Amino acid sequence: MAVRALVRLPPTVRRGEVFEVRAMLAHPMETGYRRDSDGRMLARDIVRRLEVRLAGEPVFAADLHPAIAANPFVAFLLRAQAGGPLVLRWTGDQGFDHTETVMLVVE
Amino acid sequence: MRAGLAALLLGLVQAASGPVMADDRRSGFEFMSRQTQALQRDDDLNPAMLWVRGGEIAWSQREGRADKSCADCHGMAAASMRGVAARHPAFDTASGQVLTLAGRINACRVRQQQAGPLAPESEPLLSLTALVALASRGLPVAPPDDARLAPLRAQGQRLFGQRMGQLDLSCAQCHDTLAGRRLGGSTIPQAHPTGYPLYRLEWQGLGSLQRRLRGCFSGVRAEVPPFDHADLVALELHLMQRAAGLPMEAPAVRP
Repeated sequence: MAVRALVRLPPTVRRGEVFEVRAMLAHPMETGYRRDSDGRMLARDIVRRLEVRLAGEPVFAADLHPAIAANPFVAFLLRAQAGGPLVLRWTGDQGFDHTETVMLVVE
Repeated sequence: MRAGLAALLLGLVQAASGPVMADDRRSGFEFMSRQTQALQRDDDLNPAMLWVRGGEIAWSQREGRADKSCADCHGMAAASMRGVAARHPAFDTASGQVLTLAGRINACRVRQQQAGPLAPESEPLLSLTALVALASRGLPVAPPDDARLAPLRAQGQRLFGQRMGQLDLSCAQCHDTLAGRRLGGSTIPQAHPTGYPLYRLEWQGLGSLQRRLRGCFSGVRAEVPPFDHADLVALELHLMQRAAGLPMEAPAVRP
């Protein structure tokens, strides 16, 4: 099934106002420390990094680690002078790369 | 004594099919920590919404030899599927079988879309089930008053009270008599299946009521029935009857 991500923003924000972005990604976050039922090690498969850009400019980034539960949820605060495409990009093990774009409307 | 209690409970449930209820039934939601409750209250935080999103995508995807999507016949799930989850499992006249909600979705897939059935507990099936169940959120559990369900429902009620496994425990011993007390670190809920399919923190994923029931079978060290086994459907029927009138809260979050 396709990669699923949910990103929530306020519908509109005022110039300079602090607002919250909530992002959730469907991902197993396999730690690399577990074994399957036959005793074989399960290869690590986690999301390593989330990078967020607003109109091309980096505004937020986070490193993720094996202790983070499956389907990682990240919330952060932003302040913007102008709107534009807010691009969230998750990258991780086994070539994982997913980008989600939402429009930020600044009044 | 136990039979008397069961009869009394059944009486309560039947009396509860009226509009007003003054009973002690509580959703598992009320037995959870405030933090886990907060996860379920806010759809932006509820990880089960990832499956609902997947269900929305699958709902409008054309499938099978008929090349039809769910949306082609049913339109918007939020409107057309309202109340459907609250009245399943139900008797399916075409196949002469009792079908759970997931079974009903699969039957529609095979008959209308002419596609192969989705594997039990597979991600696409859970996603579609979550989308359909969400449409019943807030509605009271409404098990159908259908005589053809009675034998299987009675079987479910019998199973609920039957000791099983190496631990020699019945469902009722924990969920009727000891609900609210603790088993290890966890609070024992009353086992009302109002939130399935639900996101369990322990599973780190979405799962069906059958997965939960299989977990309980294995917990008391009994032989675990395969998915869609008559015993599991029977238990599901009984549990929905037992929860009649409680509000649906799918897709819920549980610890």
